Amino acid sequence: MLRYIFRRLLTAIPTLFVIVTMAFFLIRVAPGGPFNQERGLSPEIRANLEAQFGLDDPLWLQYAHYLGNLLRGNFGPSYNLPDFTVTELFAKGLPISVQLGASALILALLLGSVLGTIAALNQNKLGDYTVIALATAGSTIPTFVIAPVIQLVFGLTWKLLPIGGWGDGAFINKVGPVLTLALPQIAIVARLMRGSMIESLRSHHIRTARALGLSDWSVVVKHALRGAILPIVSFTGPAAAALLTGSVIVETIFSIPGVGRYFVDAALNRDYTLVMGTVVVIALFTIVFNLIVDVMYAVVDPRVRYD
Amino acid sequence: MGTPETILSVKDLRVRFRTLDGAVEAVKGINIHVKAGETVAVVGESGSGKSQTMMAAMSLLASNGEATGHVDYRGRNLLTLSKSDLNKVRGAKISMIFQEPMTSLDPLYSIGNQLMEPIRKHRGLNAAEAREEALKLLRLVHIPDPERRMKSYPHEMSGGQRQRVMIAMALANDPDILIADEPTTALDVTIQAQILVLLAELQRKLGMAIVFITHDLGIVRRFADRVYVMRQGEVVEEGDAEALFASPQHAYTKMLLAAEPTGTKAPPPANSPVLLEGRNVEVTFKIGGGFLAGEPLLLRAVDRISIRLQRNQTIGIVGESGSGKSTLGRALLRLLPSDGLIRFGDRDISGADRQAMRPLRREMQLVFQDPFGSLSPRMTVGQVITEGLLVHEPNLSGKQRDQRAVEALLEVGLDPNSRNRYPHEFSGGQRQRIAIARAMILKPKLVVLDEPTSALDRSVQKQIVELLRKLQADHGLSYLFISHDLAVVRAMADYIIVMKQGKIVEEGPTEEIFSNPQAAYTQTLMNAAIDVTRFRLSA
Repeated sequence: MLRYIFRRLLTAIPTLFVIVTMAFFLIRVAPGGPFNQERGLSPEIRANLEAQFGLDDPLWLQYAHYLGNLLRGNFGPSYNLPDFTVTELFAKGLPISVQLGASALILALLLGSVLGTIAALNQNKLGDYTVIALATAGSTIPTFVIAPVIQLVFGLTWKLLPIGGWGDGAFINKVGPVLTLALPQIAIVARLMRGSMIESLRSHHIRTARALGLSDWSVVVKHALRGAILPIVSFTGPAAAALLTGSVIVETIFSIPGVGRYFVDAALNRDYTLVMGTVVVIALFTIVFNLIVDVMYAVVDPRVRYD
Repeated sequence: MGTPETILSVKDLRVRFRTLDGAVEAVKGINIHVKAGETVAVVGESGSGKSQTMMAAMSLLASNGEATGHVDYRGRNLLTLSKSDLNKVRGAKISMIFQEPMTSLDPLYSIGNQLMEPIRKHRGLNAAEAREEALKLLRLVHIPDPERRMKSYPHEMSGGQRQRVMIAMALANDPDILIADEPTTALDVTIQAQILVLLAELQRKLGMAIVFITHDLGIVRRFADRVYVMRQGEVVEEGDAEALFASPQHAYTKMLLAAEPTGTKAPPPANSPVLLEGRNVEVTFKIGGGFLAGEPLLLRAVDRISIRLQRNQTIGIVGESGSGKSTLGRALLRLLPSDGLIRFGDRDISGADRQAMRPLRREMQLVFQDPFGSLSPRMTVGQVITEGLLVHEPNLSGKQRDQRAVEALLEVGLDPNSRNRYPHEFSGGQRQRIAIARAMILKPKLVVLDEPTSALDRSVQKQIVELLRKLQADHGLSYLFISHDLAVVRAMADYIIVMKQGKIVEEGPTEEIFSNPQAAYTQTLMNAAIDVTRFRLSA
C-alpha cells in the first residue's frame, strides 16, 4: 500500500509539470498583460514595471524562471496586489476557503447519506418522493439564488445571521456560506446514496443477512450501507477538490476573503503569477484527493488491492 | 425416531407480486408439511414458484411481493409474527442457503466476522466464545486451515468453499430446518457431489430436517424422503420419493422424468473434410504489470492444444470452470489472440487480423450460455437475427432480409410473427432459439456452442439439444460444443475432449470416453456426475 501511494505521488510530478506548462502558455496567449488596463500609465512607467517583473524577457526565459522559482516553493509576487506575494495571499485566504468547503462537504456527506438511505428504505413511498423532490430542487436552484435568499430571510428579515463578512471566523458568519455551498452537494449525495443503497439492499448477501435473522439495524447499517458507500467515496474526491479551493459566487456574495475569487479576478486582470498559483493549488488538491479516494476504496472494500 | 412430529406446515399459501402489468400470482394456495429430521424435496422448473414458497415462509420476498395463508412453525404462523419475533426464528430455528454461493456472502467482511454475527445475535455469546463456535463450525464443514480462513474474505475463496461457509452460517444455531434453495446448481459437478455429501453427513450428525428446492431430479431421487412436484404455482403431485419415481401419476411429473436428453450422435464418415484445425494453440493472459508496477503475472489459460473438427462432426469440450474450455473456443474463432497454428477450411488464419477475419465470420458463428444477456434488449427479435445480414449480405433488400428472418425463425421452431417483439417477452428456451436463429440465418459452416443449455430447465434443454441435432443433420454443420454437463454432451457430441487447467487430459470418441474413461480426472468427473444420482442422503 505504501509503495502504491509513493508511486502515485511520483506520477503526480509529471502531471503537475504538464498542467503548469499548459497553463503558463495558455494565459500568455490571451491578449493584454497585467499592466495594460489601467489608464494613464505612460509607456515608460509600464516598461519600467515590466522590466522589474522580468516581463520583457523572452517567453522561454520567463518560463524557465517561473519553473525555477516554483521548485523552490516561490510562487512570485502578485502583479495586481503588489504588496503581497502569491504565497502570502494563499496563506491568508486558503484556510478560510478550506474551512468553509470542508464544513460544507462534511455536512453534505452526512445529511445526504442519511436522506438517501431514508429514501432507499422507503422506495416508491412518501419518504422517497419527499427526498427526491428536495434533491431535485437542491440541484436545480443555482447558488447565486440560494445565497441572496439566505441573506434576505435569515439576515434581513429574521436577523438570525449576519448578511456577510468573515467576522474573524465566527461560527455565525460561516452558517450562510456553508449552507449555500452544501445544499447542492446534499442533493447530489442523497441521489447517489439512494441509487446505490437500493441496489445494495437488493443484493444476495443482504438476503442472507435477513435469512440469518439479523436485526434491521445490522442489515442496513453494517451490511447494506458499507457496500453502498463506494459511489459516495468516489464522488468525494473531485467534490472535495472543488469545494476546498473556494467558490467565486459564495465568497463574493457573502464577502468572504477566501481564495475562490482569485481565479476569476486574476484571470481577468492577467495577474499571471496569481493565475498560475491558483492552477497549481487546484491541481494539487485534485491529485491528492483522488489519491485519498483510491486509498479509501481499499479500506472499505477488501477486494481492492494495490501492489 | 418413531413417528416424527410435523414441525413446519404450509397451508393455503398464496404469493402475489404487484407488477406494472397487474398482480401476478406466483404461488396459488399450496399445502406442504415438513416433519422433524426428514428430507423433503420441492421440485419444479423455473417459474414453478418453488423458491418463492420458501422465500415467503422466511419473509424474504421482494418488496412488491405479498404472502397470505399459513406458514406454521411449531404452532406459530410465521407470516403474522412481528419482525423481532420472526428474527428469533430465522437463522436460529429455520435457516436457509441459496443458489448463488459467489454473491451470498458480504464481500466487505471477513468470514469470521460474518460467522460470528448470527452466533452472537441468537445465543448472546461474547466475542471470544463466538469465535470458538465459528472455528468449530468451519471444522464441521471441512474448511481446511480454519484459523487462517477466519480472516479470509469471500473473494479469496472458491464457490464450493463459499457454499461451505454458507452452510456453516446456516447451521450456526443448530436449526430444526435447513432450507436449501438449489444449493449446488451454480457449482462444478465434482464440487456439487462434495456439497451434497457434506449436507448428508451434517444431517446425520445434527438431525435437522432439510427442504431441498431443486430442478435436479438426480438429487431428488437419491436424497429425498418425500417429494412435492410444483408447476405454475401449484403442487401437482406429492408423495414418497420412491413411489413417485416408480410410478409417477401426473403427466407433468412423467414429462420431467423423461426430460433427460437421450440419443447419441454418430461420427461423420472418416473421409469427411477437416473444417477447423488447431495445432499447439496457446492462450496466455497477462495479469497486472504496467508503468512502475513490475513484471506482469502470466497465466496460460490454453496450453498447447491440438484439435481437428471435421464437417458434420460435433466435438464436445468438457471441463470444470477455469479449465480453459471457453477460452479455447474463442481462440479457435480468432476472438482472442493466441499462439500456434489455426486453419479454417483451407486457409491459415493463425495471424489473421479483424479485417481479414470479417468475411470468414459468417461461416463461424457463436451461441452463448446466457440467453438473457446475449440479446440486445432494445432491438426487436427481427432486428437481432438479421443484424449479421447487414454486414455479410449488404445487398439484400429489407424485404429479403425479412423473408430470411421468417425462414430462420421457422427453422428454430418459433412463430415468425414474433419477430416484431422484444427479447424480454420470451422465455429462456425461446431466447436460446432466437440466439440460434441469429447464428443460422448466416448459413454458417461452424457453430461454437458455449454452454448453450446450461441456463435452461431440463425439459427445455432436451428440446434445444434435439433442435441443434436436427439443424446439424439438415445443413451438415460442425459444432464445437462446450459444456460441463456430461448428460448433454453425451447426447450431442461424437468426440470428446476433456480439459483441465488449460490442458487436454483425455480425448476420444464419446462412447469410449463414457464406457471406459482412462484419465483419473475423467473418472472423477464421471463419478461425481453419477454420485449425485446415486447418493442417499438420509438412512
